[in-house]
Amino acid sequence: MKQSLIPLESLLEPARKPAPDLEALREKLAAGRGPKFWRTLNEAAESEELQEYIEQEFPGLSGQIPQGVDRRSLLKVMAASLAMAGAAACTKLPKELIVPYVRQPENVIPGLPLFYATAMTTAGYARGLLVESHLNRPTKVEGNPDHPASLGATTIFEQASILSLYDPDRSETVLHEGQISNWPTFTGAFSTEAQGIGMRKGEGLAILSGATTSPTLISQMTALQQQFPGAKWYIHEPSVNAAVRNAAKSIAGKNAFVAYDFSQADVVVSLESDFMNTGPAALAYARQMSARRAVDNGQTPVRHYAIESGPTVSGSIADHRFPVKSSAIPAIAYQLAKACGVAAPDAGAAAPEWLNAIAQDLQNAKGRCVVVPGEYQPESVHLAAWAINSALGNTGKTVRLLESVEPDNTHTLEELTNDLTNGRVEVLVILGVNPVYTAPASLNFPSAIRKARLVVRLGQFFDETSRWSHWHVPEAHYLETWSDARAFDGTTTIQQPLIAPLYENKSAHEILSILLGKPDQSSHDIVKGYWQSQLKTADFDTLWKTSLHDGWIAGLTANTINAGGAVTLPPLQQPAIANLEVVFRPDPTIGDGAWANNGWLQELPKPQSKMTWDNTVAISPADAQKMNVTIGDMLKVTVNGRSTVGPAWILPGHAENSVTVYFGYGRETSGKVGTGIGYNAYLIQDAASRWYAAGSMSKTGEHYRLANVQETQTMAGRDPVRAATLAEYRKEPNFPTAEEPPLDKKTTLYPPWPYEGYKWGMSIDLNVCTGCSACIIACQAENNIAVVGKDQVARGRHMHWIRVDRYYSGNDIDNPEIYNQPIPCMHCEQAPCEVVCPVAATVHSNEGLNEMVYNRCVGTRYCSNNCPYKVRRFNFYLYSDWNTQSLYGMRNPDVTVRSRGVMEKCSYCIQRIQEMKIQAEKENRRIRDGEIQTACQQVCPTQAITFGDLNDKGSKVAKLHALPRNYGLLDDLNTRPRTTYLGFVRNSNEALSGNTRKS
Amino acid sequence: MATPENLKVSELPEIPDPGADEILGPGHNYATVTERIGGIVYTPWKRWPGKWWIGAIISFIFVNLLMTAMYVLFFRGIGTWGVNIPIGWGFAIINFVWWIGIGHAGTLISAILFLLRQDWRTSINRFSEAMTLFAVACAGMFPILHLGRPWLAYWLFPYPNSMWLWPQPRSPLEWDVFAVSTYGTVSLVFWYCGLIPDLASMRDMAPHPWQQRIYGILSLGWRGSAIHWHRYQKAYLLLAGLSTPLVLSVHTIVSFDFAISIIPGWHTTIFPPYFVAGAIYSGFAMVLTLIIPLRSWYNMRDLITLRHIDAAAKFMLGTGLIVAYGYSMEAFMSWYSGDPYEKFMYWNRITGPYGFTYVLLILCNIALPQSLWSRRVRHNIGLVWVLSLIVNVGMWLERFVIVVTSLHRDFLPSSWGIYIPTKWDWATYTGTLGFFMLLIFLFVRLLPSISIFEVREVVHHIAHPREVYTEKQL
Repeated sequence: MKQSLIPLESLLEPARKPAPDLEALREKLAAGRGPKFWRTLNEAAESEELQEYIEQEFPGLSGQIPQGVDRRSLLKVMAASLAMAGAAACTKLPKELIVPYVRQPENVIPGLPLFYATAMTTAGYARGLLVESHLNRPTKVEGNPDHPASLGATTIFEQASILSLYDPDRSETVLHEGQISNWPTFTGAFSTEAQGIGMRKGEGLAILSGATTSPTLISQMTALQQQFPGAKWYIHEPSVNAAVRNAAKSIAGKNAFVAYDFSQADVVVSLESDFMNTGPAALAYARQMSARRAVDNGQTPVRHYAIESGPTVSGSIADHRFPVKSSAIPAIAYQLAKACGVAAPDAGAAAPEWLNAIAQDLQNAKGRCVVVPGEYQPESVHLAAWAINSALGNTGKTVRLLESVEPDNTHTLEELTNDLTNGRVEVLVILGVNPVYTAPASLNFPSAIRKARLVVRLGQFFDETSRWSHWHVPEAHYLETWSDARAFDGTTTIQQPLIAPLYENKSAHEILSILLGKPDQSSHDIVKGYWQSQLKTADFDTLWKTSLHDGWIAGLTANTINAGGAVTLPPLQQPAIANLEVVFRPDPTIGDGAWANNGWLQELPKPQSKMTWDNTVAISPADAQKMNVTIGDMLKVTVNGRSTVGPAWILPGHAENSVTVYFGYGRETSGKVGTGIGYNAYLIQDAASRWYAAGSMSKTGEHYRLANVQETQTMAGRDPVRAATLAEYRKEPNFPTAEEPPLDKKTTLYPPWPYEGYKWGMSIDLNVCTGCSACIIACQAENNIAVVGKDQVARGRHMHWIRVDRYYSGNDIDNPEIYNQPIPCMHCEQAPCEVVCPVAATVHSNEGLNEMVYNRCVGTRYCSNNCPYKVRRFNFYLYSDWNTQSLYGMRNPDVTVRSRGVMEKCSYCIQRIQEMKIQAEKENRRIRDGEIQTACQQVCPTQAITFGDLNDKGSKVAKLHALPRNYGLLDDLNTRPRTTYLGFVRNSNEALSGNTRKS
Repeated sequence: MATPENLKVSELPEIPDPGADEILGPGHNYATVTERIGGIVYTPWKRWPGKWWIGAIISFIFVNLLMTAMYVLFFRGIGTWGVNIPIGWGFAIINFVWWIGIGHAGTLISAILFLLRQDWRTSINRFSEAMTLFAVACAGMFPILHLGRPWLAYWLFPYPNSMWLWPQPRSPLEWDVFAVSTYGTVSLVFWYCGLIPDLASMRDMAPHPWQQRIYGILSLGWRGSAIHWHRYQKAYLLLAGLSTPLVLSVHTIVSFDFAISIIPGWHTTIFPPYFVAGAIYSGFAMVLTLIIPLRSWYNMRDLITLRHIDAAAKFMLGTGLIVAYGYSMEAFMSWYSGDPYEKFMYWNRITGPYGFTYVLLILCNIALPQSLWSRRVRHNIGLVWVLSLIVNVGMWLERFVIVVTSLHRDFLPSSWGIYIPTKWDWATYTGTLGFFMLLIFLFVRLLPSISIFEVREVVHHIAHPREVYTEKQL
């Protein structure tokens, strides 16, 4: 088949090159002048002609279309394409009979979704999910409320994973050296290879994977290492700091996980930890912190100090934030330890004055406080934090040691690079990760990987690593295959698929199974087989089904380690970097780069900068002033002689003399979305100092156009966010409306709406909103919201129905107060949009919803002009992708896919309201409180959003609306918003009043 | 007497302007008036002045640009323009209001000045009415073009349909539909009605049978009998009465598009009168912009005299002062209201990113036109022409300032934005300018651009000064 096709280059005459002189090559090799192992003919021949020949023969290898196509050639190609369209009919499709259901499967009712429990892993750790399925198509991911790492919430990544499943750029077939191959061929070839490896007792076999907690995978690896004692397992997780694990190990004496319980905490000190947003337990921590920030019950809320270089999601709602250099944190940790009575080595520099106040606060809350070390801080900080927590009597109360669920005996990427370079690796199997892109530049991994004789890559995309691999096997999405995973506390979930693989996708289990000599085993058999061998119970089937249904296997949680206690703090390895410090962080929305091709995440405004579609070099206002840098100026950041160039973003609250660079961008081979945007921060990363390093920075003089969704960063003397200190709140609980009470309900010429049935309303608690932006992505997934691209975002045309405004306040631009304010539609009772629509396309429902009738909209945009909240979004072009077939399955069938020229906006998830109304009507009752959850509400890790019926005085939302801290945004306009806010309360420390500004 | 065949306007001896006290040059009788005005139409195309050709061709090129812009717009969507959220309205609405404003002078001159018996209106009313129609045509395009789904524009009309759906009557845009369509229709009827006696004159002097036939059909069988004249005068008077409130209503309602909303900078009660004054202001400016070259190119200085220009300039000065009052009241109220949004809005207008437009606006609309107080300036034709252009630019800027600077920073700072018009915005705008100019050029060629019979009446009045023209005598 392949041979019968007309080679593309024969049509492109000017680009035609003579075929390579294979004879000469053969001679060259015979003469021993060629390299011993070669991956491709190209490398062997090292000839330019040959390289070009290969480039043309396999354009997919280089990812480039031949240049210099003229009109005639183009027409020829088009004609050939038509001819080949006929030729494509030669492909033999398997004969499949299509028969309608004779007996409808149980529970499958067209129009009614089903929910299945599964889990997604981030850096190996599971978050339990419930995935909505419409006629066997997964359409929406929700958190599993019963899962301890989810509690019903998710992060942005789980929400966006649904788009990755249907991503049209996913790799679809097995590729062998760039040519289309298939799974049986690969299985055959790889089985043969496995036999050879077996004869060598596994010598030269290297398996590289991401972090994993999958019991099945770990057991497979154990079996593999028994079968092939020489094989080595390497783990590379680009956004995980090995120091966390190492520190836990030295505390517990074995692999362990330090878990916190903020529900009992009165004082929390974060040493650059984004604990509410990053890490395996982030959602649980966010929920606990949210509960402890409650002020309306009369209790004293938690006091949260954040000591960090750049503002994190968690730090943005801290009561006190102290911007310090990331490299200064170890010294501060030691000083804090000393102040808390820990025998810590000398930290050199003098402690900042505010540290004593924090230490005092900690001392006053012995047993009820937590010091959280930063995810990207060195081991010393983690040890110091443990020591402080121990000294303050927190262990066993707010801090616990859990048995680790991660595998032992794994090796690092550094070791792999060494082994590769020294020729100790012959066969390299890469499961999922993309080390060619994500390896720190100092390792020079791309040249090391060439040393392997055979590289087999399992990956969702044909990416940078696949380009350097002999075999590329398309990896199954987690919603396509069976696996299992564990949460931080050991809760074990069977990852069940919701859909058969869309393409020829395979899982890591299946690849390992080939090596283990069982090439025919499916993931399902492997996973179920493993659990059958583990769960020795008479009624395995029931247990299996229960576990699948619940989303976790009962009784499999990690034990608490009671041992582990006194740690001796090592002397401080290095003092704070005196000059410029370069801080490396995964991108807030793209992570380590694995999400680069996800349009939702690309367009999601990054929590602090509100930037989309690019990574930036975040610098402090002070540094910007010193260097005369404005937003968008290109900065060349140099670390250890390596440099990269990225656009500046001035980030108020960032520490001075410190810049943060973000991973995830600068991808060379991603998909249509992720390729070639942003800069690559891995290019300046040093394996020895991965998370911060001394560096330098200079202006290149160029300027770059950024796509930011919020230009004005202050409240401009207005009060969209109303905040008070705890003392002020206690004196005046109605502080948001004290100055200007809400208008009388009679202040209108129109008769009031009766709202006799339901009266929907929403309440958003600004006191607990961290600005994590999960609500934006959840809304996007639920409501089929289109992605518009960087250019359109830069023109002010992004489509998010809910946005999170971030305001800076206070007098100090170097350390401002940060407020997050989610803004969905306010569903005003006297909506300014409704009166101005000439065709009645936006109308008021008898339940108070401000409804948008897409069919009727002609697109005058008057409603948006007249909306004081600017929550309306307009389809300036045909933004929804109506052509890409693979995206059809992703869309929520209950929500219209909007066309060009119509206005759209938040509907309070009217499809969910309707669904419950039908249900309630069938049961002849009213909808109960909490039965309807909007998508934004459901996903919120801190439960900042509450939705419900305001006519039901017992409903949670009605109670929140009645709180004194409740206020309506711009309610002086008499719009009577149904979405109202609860004012922010800052639990400031009086002793630090000089260091933070009044609210 | 020259026959139309050998008459070449540009070869006529330069006719001097009779000065600021005369509405007609000396030596005219009924025949010369007819010949001079009708002759322009009957000049063979080979003798058309070169300036006409150049102007018409340039205009035609811009019409093609408009067509291209419209094609791109319909094919790709409104995104080709610079509008966004929060600035949902941009050039389209600015141009709509600007063109509608320009259209005001025509009806004002024809209707209100007719009722007020201003004899100087006769030489310029036909032309101004044509200008009104063409401006309304240009204006009318924009509300349709600016729709997200322009093919559904008919939904704004209350037509019976099976779903029993009607437009939403509370929306000022709906009021616009009626205001503008009524204005367009009445202007057309009024203009055509005024043309009938002249069309008959054209028919009578037509050199070719086919011209005779066309003008014959258009003149609706006008024979010039006393009964015809009697009925004609009645009808014209009634139409003038009907048009008069429209002069005030159209721009009042257009101003409601803004005043009814809640956006600071739009939500202002002074908008209706100040919009009407602004409309007349820009209308007279456009009349001057057009008739000054026209009278020179077609040697009509004795028909459109310094008197006319002086009167139009005074109108500009007067309405300009009302507009200035409007601006100052807007500024005063934004301060006096104590509303922080209003205060910020005005401050932002002056000092924000679009501050330069505000400064230019004050310069063009308020400062420079004050020179018209001087008689010497008013009688300097070149200077008046330049001032008229400046006022046209100023009035366009006024709409820009109102539409864009109010929207771009409204209530929530998080949603503030910036508006940068794209090339297609400019293409559409300049395209309508070309369309307007092409219509004017064609109008001058095809129809008597000055009312023949009304100028003949003026000839009569000059010859018989004591006979007071009253309706009863007719």
